[in-house]
Amino acid sequence: MRIELKKRENMSSLFSILSPFIALGLTLVAGIILFLSLGKDPVSALYSFFIEPLTEVWSLHELAIKAAPLILIAVGLSVCYRSNNWNIGAEGQFIIGAMAGSVLPVVFHGWESPLVLPLMLIFAMIGGAAYAAIPAFLKARLNTNEILTSLMLVYVAQLLLDWTVRGPWRNPEGFNFPETRNFADSAVLPRIIETGKTHWGFGFALIAAIVLWFVMRRTLKGFEITVLGQSARAGRFAGFSDKKMVYFAFLLSGALAGLAGISEVSGAIGQLRPVISPGYGFTAIIVAFLGRLNPLGIVAAGLILALTYLGGEAAQISIGITDKVTRLFQGLLLFFVLGCDTLIHYRIRLVFGAAQKGSAA
Amino acid sequence: MDMTQAILLTIMTAATPLLLAAIGELVVERSGVLNLGVEGMMIMGAVAAFAIAQLTGSAGLGAIGGLVAGALFSLLFGFLTLTLVANQVATGLALTILGLGLSGMIGEAFIGLPGLKLAAIPIPFLSEIPFIGRLLFNQDPIFYTSIIAVIGVNWFLFKSRAGLRLRAIGDSHTSAHALGVKVVRTRYLAVMFGGACTGLAGAHLSIVYTPQWVENMTAGRGWIALALVVFASWRPSRVLAGAYLFGAVSIGQLHAQALGLGIPSQFLSALPYLATIAVLVIISLNRRMTLINTPASLGKSFVPER
Repeated sequence: MRIELKKRENMSSLFSILSPFIALGLTLVAGIILFLSLGKDPVSALYSFFIEPLTEVWSLHELAIKAAPLILIAVGLSVCYRSNNWNIGAEGQFIIGAMAGSVLPVVFHGWESPLVLPLMLIFAMIGGAAYAAIPAFLKARLNTNEILTSLMLVYVAQLLLDWTVRGPWRNPEGFNFPETRNFADSAVLPRIIETGKTHWGFGFALIAAIVLWFVMRRTLKGFEITVLGQSARAGRFAGFSDKKMVYFAFLLSGALAGLAGISEVSGAIGQLRPVISPGYGFTAIIVAFLGRLNPLGIVAAGLILALTYLGGEAAQISIGITDKVTRLFQGLLLFFVLGCDTLIHYRIRLVFGAAQKGSAA
Repeated sequence: MDMTQAILLTIMTAATPLLLAAIGELVVERSGVLNLGVEGMMIMGAVAAFAIAQLTGSAGLGAIGGLVAGALFSLLFGFLTLTLVANQVATGLALTILGLGLSGMIGEAFIGLPGLKLAAIPIPFLSEIPFIGRLLFNQDPIFYTSIIAVIGVNWFLFKSRAGLRLRAIGDSHTSAHALGVKVVRTRYLAVMFGGACTGLAGAHLSIVYTPQWVENMTAGRGWIALALVVFASWRPSRVLAGAYLFGAVSIGQLHAQALGLGIPSQFLSALPYLATIAVLVIISLNRRMTLINTPASLGKSFVPER
């Protein structure tokens, strides 16, 4: 048996809508097989993984809190990937943004003013953008591979945060725990509604998604991003600069990752710790692709991936399976998404029997 | 064994997994395929080797298990990118994410268990040579394999007919296809060779370098191996030099940490990653050399015309 691909005349609009759903369905099937092989009842396992977290109001708030950084980062990454800039270091930009935004509440903790919070957000965006500027500069100037440089900077950022929190920024009244002091009330990101824990990070995520959807759909900048991504040469004929696009994509996604970082630290954690992210920067890559690099699709995808984090915790408590299942599900989902996207551009045909003469495989 | 010998020995041990993974990826990239899933295949090799060594009581079988696991895992990448022509960069990332998740799950049962170490096999007579005998000829089988792989790949790529075909595919899959070369089949084989080498590199980590299972124990080595291939401008002998350079950097920073020079350990731990960036920058300063050596079809999908 062989698989043959035949290019479609036009992109299949049916499959460009269906493919993320097929991928989700396949992931569920894989989940059933996985739970069966672990000797668990697949129905109750999938229930506690994907439904249980949605049944209580407080866990819906948890969902929004987890989805916020994923959406913010993935929206930025979608601009990068559409313009053919492979920023995979969002995790590092998230960390550096969180650190830059924490300078005021940690180092200048005595200063309380309504200005503190806006300044923290701005510092975080500048920090994230500056960190993303390193691979951007190296790519635009020297043609250095941005995939490898942006990823290496993640490890550097993690080590820098670890040192800062254990060293110079450690809470002097904190019994030697590797934590900074708690942020003062004026430095804590407020809740959106009084009754639940969801903070403004989720609001920022929705705003960013809507603004970028508009930019991509309705403005010349959006057209420029798409054209340069599909063919840098064609873009240059149209008078667009691919070098400037490298900076635009990296700085934008870095700033959004930085904003996600400070939102998480100020809105959800309340202080800096040696580890502030369960891999949001990498999971956001999956979110970006599951959302088909469309900002509105990314909102839905972000909620789904946030659910896998909550589901992993819930399944660990209720049916006693390791929460490592979360990362396995996330990896499988990305695989299925990428595989199903083939359906958009190609017809897939199964050919049984031996290959015909002349049709080289 | 004197001090110099001891240090050289640790450098060689640190360099071996980098060398193996990089030489495997070099063949993959020479065939025009960019597999960014090295980190994922390496961690799968590490967990498979550790698990099989535990279950069978034989570190040798563990090493073989790591190699097979890497090759099988790379087939996932091959199916998506070669058969379904999915984007290679994104699929490679998916392979890494999946490998880190899957290995964490498989390895959970093995955390904290004392590991089995693959024994060194001294080569008769040669291992008696003063100084270098101990270094080069009293090593574990994975080290020998890494050196043989460099020599073998160098011969295969530049002296054999099949190697010439593989390079032709990497430079222009369309022309190679027109000449009747089996593009997809060759690329599948190259991807599996890369997976096998990388899986064995992972096995080296969990049954030679530090015989235990720790989650995420590859710690970015797969990515460093990818950088080494660029640094080596796709030449096996330069991969050898690069891997030992990186082995020296990572051992050097460990010694500096032990000496306690007053530099925070985190800064020293960051050195291998910063060195990777520095090396990539230096190599891209010479743009012509990179352009000449980069396989022209690298990362591009191929659908045969019918």
